[in-house]
Amino acid sequence: MISLGIEGTAHSIAIGIVENKDNACIVLSNMIKTFHPESGGIHPREAANHHAKYVADVIKDSMKKAEIDFKDIDLVSFSQGPGLGPCLRTAATAARTLSLQLEKPIMGVNHCVAHLEIGRGTIDSCDDPVLLYTSGANTQVIAFAEGKYRVFGETLDIGIGNCLDKFGRTIGLPFPSGPVIEKYAKKGRKYLPLPYSIKGMDIAFSGLLTAAQQYYKNGETVEDVCYSIQETTFAALTEVTERAMAQLEKKEVLLGGGVAANQRLRGMVEEMAKERDARCFAPRIDLCIDNGAMIAWLGLVMYQSGIRMMLEDTGIDQRFRTDMVDVSWR
Amino acid sequence: MNDEKLIYQGAEAKIILSTFLSKTVVKKHRIKKTYRIKEIDEVLISSRTKEEAKLIHLARKQGVCVPSLFDVDLTNGIITMSYIKGDRVKDIFDTIDKKKRKDLCIMIGKNIARLHNNDLIHGDITTSNMILSDNKVFFIDFGLGEINHELESKGVDLHVLMEAMESTHSKNANDFEFVLEGYEKEYHGDIKRVKKKIEDIVKRGRYR
Repeated sequence: MISLGIEGTAHSIAIGIVENKDNACIVLSNMIKTFHPESGGIHPREAANHHAKYVADVIKDSMKKAEIDFKDIDLVSFSQGPGLGPCLRTAATAARTLSLQLEKPIMGVNHCVAHLEIGRGTIDSCDDPVLLYTSGANTQVIAFAEGKYRVFGETLDIGIGNCLDKFGRTIGLPFPSGPVIEKYAKKGRKYLPLPYSIKGMDIAFSGLLTAAQQYYKNGETVEDVCYSIQETTFAALTEVTERAMAQLEKKEVLLGGGVAANQRLRGMVEEMAKERDARCFAPRIDLCIDNGAMIAWLGLVMYQSGIRMMLEDTGIDQRFRTDMVDVSWR
Repeated sequence: MNDEKLIYQGAEAKIILSTFLSKTVVKKHRIKKTYRIKEIDEVLISSRTKEEAKLIHLARKQGVCVPSLFDVDLTNGIITMSYIKGDRVKDIFDTIDKKKRKDLCIMIGKNIARLHNNDLIHGDITTSNMILSDNKVFFIDFGLGEINHELESKGVDLHVLMEAMESTHSKNANDFEFVLEGYEKEYHGDIKRVKKKIEDIVKRGRYR
């Protein structure tokens, strides 16, 4: 079975095509076009306009890369939420159009769950992980328990990526700031104490962000501030992930989301896993960030478990929570 | 001590059964984490050890059942305290009958209110951190606690339990209302404001 997935929750419009071979996910293509604002953050309408402009091209590119014909597609999947309304609507409209035109079934999927399932689908020994999902808007610790993917810990205010981007804007970096902050952090030497805010298994970043901005304004070097931000936030993320693993007695940890590309975060989580005799998995980068392949794959998994969706069920849900998904395939 | 036995390895600490002046005790030993830098690790371990010991002491003064403290070692992050024999509430919560569970929730709520009346915030109220012993609920692990008078922290404290019940005891998660019922009986402040605060926190979570 071949599934085409359309991802458009936020800054990127992405199309992935995947195939199921013995319950493993084979990625045939995974193309992405990301919206880069001229200044500031992501304006939802501007991002949606960008997606509308490029979605057809990205579909064409992805088809070409996969070397398949439209008649080979068995299912059209799309990200139904959570995300920015205008962006979600654009991706959903593209999916509905494609589904009607090709006369193929359609499947709306939860974006956060897709980040987890792509790990299980593409990594052979990854079976029942705790997912540390770190992106711009989302920061969640997700695991499977009692028939659902449940959120065991999450940010109480802003996502970690958002925190990095906001600090980036303070020092004049364009979106996304994470990769540049990582470079600066490597040169940082002095640790500047920052608020380390964990409540149970939840986490908060806004106080830390303000404190970091103050350090910068008071003349601390950008390298030292970036180093301190990374060390503090990533240690807290690793700690809540470890707490979830201990509580649930799970022996696998999976990384997902754009911030998972950060080598320091990966290193910390790997170290934590090693200490607890657990295994740490990270999908390759193009499957970590928002991508179409994960949407295609989750749609396929859901379809094969017997789930069907009518056109009238394909309305988007900006606040689609991870634990709202009935996981009938596990 | 040569008769030490590891009884639980949590994410943060090792719980070791040991003896102290010929008493059976529990040692909570916070483990160094190699994934985080020394500057953060040392501060977290010593401040959490100190804060936890202080909170246990203050909770006891308010009549909340907690272990008795015997020794506090800040440098190595070790608290030595009495051993509470009983069942973890997490393990029995879904198996006891409805009436008992309701009474248990009310008792839990009353105790949380006693803590909150004195601005003691537990910081990690989950059913894993409560032991039912001799029909009394003992609160353990004040490791993420603090002293804070703000309604916000009390709300977050209760919200942590609500979420823990939703994830760990999803079938009986509605019993959280009995926790609030017990809380209301003991709480000196305005219960409406606490309930409103919890609602706000729920809404503030992403995508609610």
